[in-house]
Amino acid sequence: MGAVVAIDALLHPQQVWRGRPAMPPAGTQPTGHAGLDAVLPAGGWPEAALSELLIPADGVGELQLLWPALARLSRAGERVVLVAPPYLPFAPAWQQAGVDLRQLQVVHTGTPRDALWATEQCLRSGSCGAVLCWPLGVDDRALRRLQVAAASGRTLAFATRPLAAAIHPSPAALRIAIDAAPAQWRVLKCRGGAAPVQPIPRGA
Amino acid sequence: MRWACILLPQLALDGVLRRCADPDAPRVLVGGSAQRRMLYAVNPSARALGLRRGMALTAAQALAHGFATAAYRPEDEARWHRFLAGWAYGYSSQVSLQFPHALLLEIQGSLGLFGPWPRFEARLREELTALGFRHRIVAAPNPVAARVLANGHDGLAIEGDAPLRRALGQLPIQRAGFTPEVATAFARMGLRTLRQVWALPRDGVARRFPAEVLRHLDALLDERDMALESYRPPDRCELRIELGHEVESSQALLFPLKRLTADLAAFLAGRDGGVQRFVLQLEHGHDARTKVPVGLLTPERDAALLFELARGRLEQVQLPAPVGAIALCADELPPFVPVHRELFDQRPQQAMPWEQLRERLRARLGEDAVHGVQARADHRPECASLSPPEVPVRHEASSPGTAPGARPGWLLAKPVPLRGPMPRLVAGPERIESGWWDGDDVRRDYYLARLASGQDAWVFRPVGGGGFMLHGWFA
Repeated sequence: MGAVVAIDALLHPQQVWRGRPAMPPAGTQPTGHAGLDAVLPAGGWPEAALSELLIPADGVGELQLLWPALARLSRAGERVVLVAPPYLPFAPAWQQAGVDLRQLQVVHTGTPRDALWATEQCLRSGSCGAVLCWPLGVDDRALRRLQVAAASGRTLAFATRPLAAAIHPSPAALRIAIDAAPAQWRVLKCRGGAAPVQPIPRGA
Repeated sequence: MRWACILLPQLALDGVLRRCADPDAPRVLVGGSAQRRMLYAVNPSARALGLRRGMALTAAQALAHGFATAAYRPEDEARWHRFLAGWAYGYSSQVSLQFPHALLLEIQGSLGLFGPWPRFEARLREELTALGFRHRIVAAPNPVAARVLANGHDGLAIEGDAPLRRALGQLPIQRAGFTPEVATAFARMGLRTLRQVWALPRDGVARRFPAEVLRHLDALLDERDMALESYRPPDRCELRIELGHEVESSQALLFPLKRLTADLAAFLAGRDGGVQRFVLQLEHGHDARTKVPVGLLTPERDAALLFELARGRLEQVQLPAPVGAIALCADELPPFVPVHRELFDQRPQQAMPWEQLRERLRARLGEDAVHGVQARADHRPECASLSPPEVPVRHEASSPGTAPGARPGWLLAKPVPLRGPMPRLVAGPERIESGWWDGDDVRRDYYLARLASGQDAWVFRPVGGGGFMLHGWFA
C-alpha cells in the first residue's frame, strides 16, 4: 500500500480517546435539527454506522427526526431503502417532507430473519445512502452485524426499536430515545463523546 | 493470415467430461452396435490403463477395470459443436461448422479489436480451457489449409504464400485431408508428402483420381475459392444436462446449474445479448417436470450473477421427485446494455450496483418484494400512494398534488377501529368524499387526534355515523 494517511483522517472518526476533547469536526451528515446537531459529537448522524431510535410506540415522531436527513440524501441522488416497514409509507407526506420518491425503495420480507438479511445486504452493497429497518426481537450479535455491514458499505443505518430495549447494551454508534410527552429526544449513547445529560426539546 | 481453425479432437468426450465433478477419473465413450460395442474415445487416465480408441468393449474390460463408461451420442456431439460455434461467434462474424470436430473463424477483421494474433490466440485458448474443451489452433491464409494443417500442428500461424507452400509441402499424405482410399493410392504410388503430389502432372492426376482431389489441391493453395456455410446463432438458448443418477436434494444440483449458467453466459456474450427471463426445468422421469422460472428486471449476462439468481430460486423449490436431468431454456434474449458506472466511485470497496442488489433481494424474498413509492393525485388516501412493482418507471419529481391538510407519514394498509378512550381531536374535520365513479367511493371526515399515549393519529369517521377508525400515524 504505502498510502499516505493524513493524521486528521485517523483522528476524525474519534475512535481513539484523547486526553483533551478536540473541537467536534463539522458534520457531514447533519440531522437537519440544529439543536440535535449541536450536541452530537459527529455534528450529525454518525457516518457509516448504525444509529438506533428507541420509541415508546409507533407514531411518536421517528419520521420527523429522520426526514430532513433522508430528504437531503435523496435529493443528492442517494437511495433510501426501507426494509420491512411496519406501515405503508404514505407518498404525499414523504413528498411534503422533501424526500425524492424516485430514490425511495421499499423491501418487503416475510420473516424477521429475512428482514435482517435484506438489511445487511443493502448496507454491505454500498449502493444505498440510508437503510431503515425495524428489527424485532434481535440480540446484540445481530445489531453488531448491522453495524459492521454499515461500516463496510459506508452507509447510514437506522434501526427503530421499542423503548424497552434501551436497558440492553447495543453496539450502535448512536442511541436516541424519543419521548412523546413531553416531546423531546434523549441521547442515550454517542460514540466519540459523552452523551448529553439534558434532553433536547423537539423542534429546536 | 485470414482464417483460424480450432480443431476439437475430443469433442464428444469433453462434452461428457465437463459435466462430471471429477474429470480425471478414467472414463471412456462407448459407441457402435449393441452386439459389438467399441470404445469411441478415451481420456488420458483411461489411456494410461492401456485402453485405446477402436478397442472392443469386451477387450477393454478384460484389460482393465474401474473405468466409467458413457454412451456416445452423435446428437450430443453436434450440440456441443453448435454451442462452441455460438461462443466463437463472439470473436468473429464468420464462423463455419463445415468440417466435423472443427471450427473455422475468419480472423482478419477481428484482429483490430482482439489485438495481434498471439494475444488473440491466447485468449481463445484460455476460454476454451475454462469451458473444458481440448483444442488445437492453427491460423493460415485460407480455411482449407488451416483445417489440414491443424491435423499435424498446434499453435502454428502462417502468413504469406511461400511459407504456406513450405508448411503444406512437408505434410504427410495421410494427414492432408484426402479420403482414405485416395491417401492409400498415393502412398502406393510412392508419394509420402504433399510436395511430391504437387510435382505430379495435373492431367495425370485428373485422369486417375476423382475430381475432388484436384479441387482439394487447389483449395489448399487458395487457387480456388471455397464457399463456406456460415454459422448463424439461434434466437433462443436451450441447454440440458443429464445427471446420470437421480438427485434428491437441490444442493446437489448446484454443480450442473453452475455449468448451465456459465454456458448461458458464454452464449449471450457471443450474441452480445442479455437474458431477462429463463426457465429451469427439472426432469423427474415419466415426463414429469418442475419448472423454475427466473425473471430479472433488466437484461444481464454475467455468469456469476446468473448463477446466484438461479440458485436463489432453486433453493426454495421443494422437489416432488428425484431429478434425472436439468435443462435451461431462454426464449427472450434482449440486447444487453451495460450499466453506466462512474469512473471514480464514491464508495470504495465491494460496491455492488443497485440493480444487482435488487435482483439478489428479489431472488430470495420473492418477485415483488422490492418496489418503489409513487404519489398520485387522488384524494382517497388508499389511492394517493402507489407501490409500482416495476421500478424503471421514470416519473417526474412532481410537486405534491393537492394535499390541503397535513398527511401522516405512515398509512395503515387497512383502517382499523380505534380502541381506548376518546382521543383529543387536534385538527379537523377534513371531509374526503371521492371515488363515486369507480365504485370505490369514500365519504369520510378525517381528524388529527392526539392519543393519551402521546401518539398523533390520523383517524376518520364515516359520514353518516360510526366509530373512529385509525388510518395512519403522524410519526
